[in-house]
Amino acid sequence: MIAAAGQALWSHWRRNPLQLFTLVAGLALATALWSGVQALNAQARMSYDAAAALLGEGRFDQLVPRSGDTMPQDAFVRLRRAGWLVGPVIEGRLDAGDAPVRLVGIDPLTAPGGAGPITQAGEAPLQSFLSERVVFAHPDIAEALARSVTQRVVADPGLAPGTAVTDIGVAQSLLDRPGEISRLMLAESQPRDRPALDEIAPDLVLRPSQQSSDIGQLTGSFHLNLTAFGLLSFAVGIFIVHGAIGLAFEQRRGMVRTLRSLGVPLRYLVGVMAAELAVIALIAGGLGVVLGYLLAAALLPDVAATLEGLYGAQVSGALSLAPSWWLSGLGIALAGTGLAASGAFWRIARMPALANSDARAWSMAAGKRHGLQAVAGAALFGLSGGLVWLGTGLIAGFAGVACLLFGAALVFPLVLDRALSMAERRASTVRWEWFWADTRQQVPGLSLALMALLLAMAANIGVSTMVSSFRLTFTGFLDQRLTAGLYVATDDAAQAEAFLAFVEPRVDGVLPLLSTGTRLAGQKAEILGLRVGPAYRDNWTFIAEDGAVWDRVAAGEAVIINEQMARRADLWPGDRLTLVPGREMPIAAVVSDYGNPSGQAVIGEALFEALFPETRATRFGLRTQTPDELREALIDAGIVEEGQITDQSVLKAFSMGVFERTFTVTAALNVLTLSVAGFAILMSLLTLAGMRIPQLAPARALGLTRRELGRLELWRAVILAALTLVVAVPLGLALAWMLLAIINVEAFGWRLPMFLFPVDYAVLGALALCAAMAAAAWPALRLARTPPSHLLKVFAHEG
Amino acid sequence: MLLQIDTLTKSYAGPDGPTEVLRGVSLSLEAGETLALTGESGSGKSTLLHLVGGLDTADGGSIRLDGQEVTRLDDSGRAALRRGTVGVVFQQFNLIPSLSVAANISFQARLAGRADQARADRLADALGLSAHLAKYPEQLSGGQQQRVAIARTLAARPRLVLADEPTGNLDETTAAVVIEEMLALVHETGAALMMVTHSPALAARAGRRLHLRQGRLE
Repeated sequence: MIAAAGQALWSHWRRNPLQLFTLVAGLALATALWSGVQALNAQARMSYDAAAALLGEGRFDQLVPRSGDTMPQDAFVRLRRAGWLVGPVIEGRLDAGDAPVRLVGIDPLTAPGGAGPITQAGEAPLQSFLSERVVFAHPDIAEALARSVTQRVVADPGLAPGTAVTDIGVAQSLLDRPGEISRLMLAESQPRDRPALDEIAPDLVLRPSQQSSDIGQLTGSFHLNLTAFGLLSFAVGIFIVHGAIGLAFEQRRGMVRTLRSLGVPLRYLVGVMAAELAVIALIAGGLGVVLGYLLAAALLPDVAATLEGLYGAQVSGALSLAPSWWLSGLGIALAGTGLAASGAFWRIARMPALANSDARAWSMAAGKRHGLQAVAGAALFGLSGGLVWLGTGLIAGFAGVACLLFGAALVFPLVLDRALSMAERRASTVRWEWFWADTRQQVPGLSLALMALLLAMAANIGVSTMVSSFRLTFTGFLDQRLTAGLYVATDDAAQAEAFLAFVEPRVDGVLPLLSTGTRLAGQKAEILGLRVGPAYRDNWTFIAEDGAVWDRVAAGEAVIINEQMARRADLWPGDRLTLVPGREMPIAAVVSDYGNPSGQAVIGEALFEALFPETRATRFGLRTQTPDELREALIDAGIVEEGQITDQSVLKAFSMGVFERTFTVTAALNVLTLSVAGFAILMSLLTLAGMRIPQLAPARALGLTRRELGRLELWRAVILAALTLVVAVPLGLALAWMLLAIINVEAFGWRLPMFLFPVDYAVLGALALCAAMAAAAWPALRLARTPPSHLLKVFAHEG
Repeated sequence: MLLQIDTLTKSYAGPDGPTEVLRGVSLSLEAGETLALTGESGSGKSTLLHLVGGLDTADGGSIRLDGQEVTRLDDSGRAALRRGTVGVVFQQFNLIPSLSVAANISFQARLAGRADQARADRLADALGLSAHLAKYPEQLSGGQQQRVAIARTLAARPRLVLADEPTGNLDETTAAVVIEEMLALVHETGAALMMVTHSPALAARAGRRLHLRQGRLE
């Protein structure tokens, strides 16, 4: 019995291959976009975990300098003598050809168990560490590093990308930082009678393990962003699946009724249909997972560049995924199918054995649901507003965005129905009156595809507005920050002195670039020392200030902080900031600092030199009207080499390049989501075309030619897409505002001004109309070519 | 006795309260007997057929079919009854549109676990369907579709054939041919037939005729 019933049910798909294709393709696309994003996240997290495992981050408490970024090795010796079980770590950047290497030095004898490559690098690395002075490096940099250092380099895939590990003595020598330590890792169990930290090393502070995974915290927001986009794409795909399943189930109502009347119990039928969908979901899910893998592999280099550019996080460029990822892809395909089919199953399970089997009754009945949908949509709008005004955190921000989008999608069919109803009332001819009424009748069958299109277009408008606003702001920001014509990096203080003596008479101004890494207000931060002058006074604009900013900064009486620090630490003009122990200063202004993951404090040059006398400026900006001549003069005089000079335009181009790469992933997902929605429209129109004959036959009988009917079908798709665009623009702008004013602030720590780009929206609208026309062309052509005999059959069956 | 119905009642909820459709109907049917049920629209003919076939449930009374009390069967039991004991021929044919004519004919027999290709072929031949076995229902005329429905029912060897207006969608000439073929085949298989019809001419072809008026047999 089950075999016979299964064969009958399956025969529907055999006779309707387009419907099956829609279902499989929709599900595969949805799964691909979701699992692709998950693959990117999983790969990035794997890299963070490797880095954290290496450095003991997240697992061990650490002792870090109260200010500055290093401590003397004496502190380690004092603590060990006092009974503290600590292991020293030094960390720094090393140039190995084109690739910067993060070099980490540890002491394998005192490192807490499990830290470092001791458990990862294979056989007897301890001996290699101690006697052979081996450097263990991630395979992606091992070769380049081997050419740059005299030590033996061993590739170890267990290390984080871009990272090398060696004995601390070797690392101090390679980094040219003898006797310095970045931090101390604490073993989990410590002697109880050890003296207090303040007595032994008052300049150090304890950083508990749970607070130390800075990269994980910083990048969490980026991954949440990606996940949200993946979820949106998945939702758009599931709209297609829902539509395909709903239509297939409704078209099989008659078959279900017949099977029941022939003696197949309802629960068997539901079971067979569920098994059938599960098989389809697994096949489509499998396809989707493979597509997702390919998508992730294609996007990974850009994601890695984004994470490096925005957060300084290293992510391996090669994709390696655990079996759990593949399984979760299939799981989401099954879950999505279950969700999309739940309503259809509910209706089938409740259908009486003698129910009406007319499939078109379904699309007509769908209209009755519009009212309920609109109420649910209005509730979601309210929830979205509540989350925007009262919620805090990134999750609340995304939940607000989700409520806004899905609320709009739910209200949309009612809006369409009302708009078409109004057009019907104002129609000047009978033909147009029929057209509008007929279009209105099509809305229930097309509403899912149109909702998907609305979401995709709104997301496109919202995200492109955000990216374009960001681009505009970022370009202005670069103009503001990169005021010097040339930037020169000298090798050391001696070269810097000779350089200054040469350039000072030849330029309008020299801008020494003084900086030091530290922690401010509990955050990783940088202190900049600026020579206050017109370069800064004329160009910098502040988000908030309390007057005479530059005069006070120049006098060493106040500090400027960047927006990231202001928002994260809730510090604003008038508040005070401790720069170094015992030196607290008022905040005079807050400045935008796009693209920088860290907090920043800006002080005057004199104060910087007083606070950090050991830090000398080796990098300089030069204000000149003739940058090319100055560059030649510097090289000809042998003051610096060509590679030490960077043109302002090159720096700007580089920064814009990083910026554009940052949004490549977003743009790719955006285009894919829009494509999926276009596909949904095409499939809906094709599927509905088969059901249109009984509705169009009377129109033909009343005097419309098949060609006219085909043309009207084309117009219908364009008009519906245009109406969707009309709703998508304000929705997209609302989304853009939420992304800029809420999500960005929570995710990156800065708020961007919002600009409008009407030309972009017009282009998107034209594209959407073209896509709708292209999607409608095939069904319209099929209709125009429908043999008159098919149209006549409608009347032949009557009576 | 193949079928014994006693004081069967059925009512449906309506806007003005429950409407009694069957008011204590009693009848019996022997194996091999043919019975025509006639009556006005709304007299309860189709409802009686649906109750006997287990497609709907009675409010009161009893239906004993082939030794089973139909009114006490649950949904699965009624489904098994429809699969194994009863065959229904509908006015709307109710063929499976995505299966070929051949697959439709053998379908119910396969469900009942009594698949017999030779018998299906014989029935197709007897009903003039041999040339259409590879076609799909939408490619057939109404008369041909009803022949397929009859072949499907008889191929499963039911003890009782229930026919609900079997010629209601056919023209007069086709209806006469189809009903002739159905009666001959039912007779040949030894099944009983209970047929609902508006047509006095059709009813006259049955061995016994009963008339329903306002839910009561006359």
